[in-house]
Amino acid sequence: MAKYFAKVIVMLKKGILDVQGKTVENSLKTLGFDKIADIRIGKHITFEVEANSLDEAKEIANAAVDKLLYNPNIETYTIEVENSTGKL
Amino acid sequence: MKFAVVVFPGSNCDHDAYYALKHNLGYNVEFLWHKDTSIPKDIDCVVLPGGFSYGDYLRAGAIARFSPIMNEVINFANRGGLVIGICNGFQILTESGLLPGALLKNTSLRFICRDVYIKVNSNNNPFTSLLEKGRVLRIPIAHFEGNYFADEDTLKELEDNDQIVFQYCDEKGNISEMANPNGSLKNIAGIVNKQRNVLGMMPHPERYCDSILGGTDGIWIFNSIANFLNK
Repeated sequence: MAKYFAKVIVMLKKGILDVQGKTVENSLKTLGFDKIADIRIGKHITFEVEANSLDEAKEIANAAVDKLLYNPNIETYTIEVENSTGKL
Repeated sequence: MKFAVVVFPGSNCDHDAYYALKHNLGYNVEFLWHKDTSIPKDIDCVVLPGGFSYGDYLRAGAIARFSPIMNEVINFANRGGLVIGICNGFQILTESGLLPGALLKNTSLRFICRDVYIKVNSNNNPFTSLLEKGRVLRIPIAHFEGNYFADEDTLKELEDNDQIVFQYCDEKGNISEMANPNGSLKNIAGIVNKQRNVLGMMPHPERYCDSILGGTDGIWIFNSIANFLNK
């Protein structure tokens, strides 16, 4: 068994109003950053996976995300799984 | 006829619901613990109360949805048992798939705690069986994530099947953007599933079952359930 490292980014689906992102965007505009637009705020989740191979680690990590870490009604995600712990 | 109120770590309206059912309304009621692995046979209606189960970590209701008791609640609902989820209970029901859609952050990004008016849009279900359509109730809300969202197809299905039970409105029953406290699609405050035995609602009927607390409109919902069960 080896240790693998997973990095997941969960974002609200496009088309769903991200009120948090909008509020931050408005604040930045007030501060003079008028070239910044469409701020969206998501979640960055990392975890270790013990597995016999990279493929197995990916399978376990994907299953975990599907089961709990994101809500398909409102969110999408991207995932990366790498060999060396902490280094992507 | 007997009610059960589920207690999750972080529930904070469990005792309000118990008190309203037992002491205000005189019904039989017992608590169920989130680690329980069965629902007693004599229970007719399960209440998922408001609060902040598991600290609302990850997403409100997402972790409570995997409590041992929730497997039983899902089986109970699939057998036709009545389930009412209030506030965090509504969030748990959408996370568990017993109700469609999801509850997003309020558009104001504020926790809102105040009375609202809701209109009975459908009485073709056990939870509003004593109320006429169009009836306006005054009930408090207290939430940060009550902004109901569903994709277009789901929303159409809710409308086609008459599943939208409550909509935010003004005192006179007008449904408008002004009367929408949290940004919910179509001013949705409560829905039932297609089988009509599971209700989720953001307002707190258990808080308005006693005149000394400022209102009694919540009684209608619990009495409707009792009326349905005693038929």
